Amino acid sequence: MAIKERMSGNEAVAYAIKQINPDVMPAFPITPSTELPQFVSNYIANGEIDTEFIPVESEHSSMSAAIGASAAGARTLTATSSCGLAYMWEVLYVAASDRLPIALALVNRGLTGPLNINCEHSDSMGARDSGWIQIYAENNQEAYDNFVMAYRIAEHKDVMLPIMACMDGFITSHAVENITLLEDDLVKNFVGEYKPEHYLLNKDEVMAIGPYAVSNYCMEAKRAQAQAMMNAKQVILDVAKEFEEMSGRKYGLFEEYRLEDADYAVVAIGSACGTAKDAIDKLREKGVKAGLLKVRVFRPFPGKEMADALANCKAIAIMDRCESYSANGGPLSAELGAALFKNKNQAEVLNIVYGLSGRDMTVEDFEKIYEDLADVAVNGVKEEGYRYVGVRE
Amino acid sequence: MMENKFNFKEIQERPERLAPGHRMCAGCGGTIAVRNVLKAIHPGDKAVVGNATGCLEVSSFTYPYNSYEDSYIHSAFENAGATLAGAETAYKALQKRGKIKENYKFITFGGDGGTYDIGLQSLSGAMERGHDMVYVCYDNGAYMNTGIQRSSATPMYADTTTTPAGTQSNGKPQVRKDLVAVMAAHNIPYTAQTTFIGNLKDLYVKSEKAIYTEGPAFLNIMAPCPRGWRFEAADMAEICKLAVETCYWPLFEVENGKWIINYEPKNKLPIEDFLKKQGRFKHLFKKGNEDLIVQFQEEVDRRWEELKVKANA
Repeated sequence: MAIKERMSGNEAVAYAIKQINPDVMPAFPITPSTELPQFVSNYIANGEIDTEFIPVESEHSSMSAAIGASAAGARTLTATSSCGLAYMWEVLYVAASDRLPIALALVNRGLTGPLNINCEHSDSMGARDSGWIQIYAENNQEAYDNFVMAYRIAEHKDVMLPIMACMDGFITSHAVENITLLEDDLVKNFVGEYKPEHYLLNKDEVMAIGPYAVSNYCMEAKRAQAQAMMNAKQVILDVAKEFEEMSGRKYGLFEEYRLEDADYAVVAIGSACGTAKDAIDKLREKGVKAGLLKVRVFRPFPGKEMADALANCKAIAIMDRCESYSANGGPLSAELGAALFKNKNQAEVLNIVYGLSGRDMTVEDFEKIYEDLADVAVNGVKEEGYRYVGVRE
Repeated sequence: MMENKFNFKEIQERPERLAPGHRMCAGCGGTIAVRNVLKAIHPGDKAVVGNATGCLEVSSFTYPYNSYEDSYIHSAFENAGATLAGAETAYKALQKRGKIKENYKFITFGGDGGTYDIGLQSLSGAMERGHDMVYVCYDNGAYMNTGIQRSSATPMYADTTTTPAGTQSNGKPQVRKDLVAVMAAHNIPYTAQTTFIGNLKDLYVKSEKAIYTEGPAFLNIMAPCPRGWRFEAADMAEICKLAVETCYWPLFEVENGKWIINYEPKNKLPIEDFLKKQGRFKHLFKKGNEDLIVQFQEEVDRRWEELKVKANA
């Protein structure tokens, strides 16, 4: 039966990796994801798994080796954070366009400037257009569950795209919480064996990967890749359904928390959603119709679905743990704002940047946001652009 | 297993692993290198061939055409070492799990830009970790694919598009990086330098050794670029011969730490003989530039003497 444990997010993802026992893992140390290659190395050193670990000399080589290994026919993963993901940038695109179902455990941390090791989504948000599926976790349980589901999504024949399973640095990766784990056999059966259709080491056919393609071919390749990302939406839902049957835990493209009748909604990603839920519970006791839409899947972007779920809200706060220096708010604000417009939602919208470089986001901060939402619902949004929460101005 | 013999006819009659029809320039040295290195794979063995981005890649795998008879992977410019290391590790993993029984060899090719410069870290990592693979640098001494820009493999005084010879410039001010020594310093089982000499025996023997030595191996092959060096393609053999006879490009190998010079010219020719054949050194022969050739000669001599010391020759 289900195993009750206490674990950090990194431990939970490492546990999923152990249960899956992938073929190859290249990785390079970077805070706060370093524990992942450490755990895997220990499993290997003690004969608990027989994954081939490649202690590469950089994250660029980490992703490059992952590309080589995955193309060769191996179930492959890596882990990184922040600058490590930035250093992989170029080859993230290669992995996606080569249609390689690599899994990347991303422990979200801000990009340097100033150097900071704490949580922010600027690393994965910067890579949002690299062609990778992105799934975010609120807590260690979701980080574990998402990783168990990752290969089923990535390796699906209608998808064949790499997948980033993201969790918040330190807040989720290092904080120890209760968790319910699945038995090894269940996970192994659920994930199944990797049987690639085409791969370099196939004795029955040779294969070439990574061509130079001129203008008369390149666009079709990109269009086909875009289709795979569109297909991923249904596959993510199907896999989640199957996962629910096994685990009893339900997942969608996003989670609605007390949203059905909410006048005021917060839309956010990651660990801050747990804090928002506490604020909502307090406000609901006072009769405030507060709700949350927690984005789980950012790529593919469920714009229409989210806009529909927010259709009856009077005011919405779209929260980015990421500054995109666009002078126009963060990426979630921009994309969801466009989706709301296209869907003809009538709500007032506040675009908010919060929690940069690990800055705390408290229940009180959320209560204030809901207060502001009640205000703009009546008086309209006066400010141009977007606002910061929790900053000294 | 090493075959330890060289039968020119038998080897040349082996099926091509780089099929004709690719779009490399006529007389391209890189193509000669690739064809002949791949001929050293024993018939019956399978291979995964890799590439760094460069002339070779864009001309040999131009979608939907592909010149490789073996499985092939290209991913980017600076990561040929890491990419192939990943494929080699997958082989190990799948072999261990009983999913692959066949014998595979892993060989990747990069130009000097992708090897000496942008790909050096990735190459160094792959060699240091001990992957059973061969990294082949086809060294034509500049970024030829983007139009003859200098690299750290470009010889001193060469006229390139980023070190043009002009009224205030004599071409590239710096000497070549000694990459083979850098690779030998990784203490890998096999490192060698070669080029196209005679019936290509030296190239074949070294390729076979590199491929069939367990662990990482590095080959540095001088692969002249008629376009970039500015010589007639028909003079390829002569250029290579002069590079070796002047000791500009000594043939040597480092086998398990032992440095071996494979050929010592009886009469070492002056470096002018090599330089004057190439348009990229034309400015050295202008009146008043005699000292530049003297300096070039001194650098060649210095390196040759240094090599002889290493080889106890």
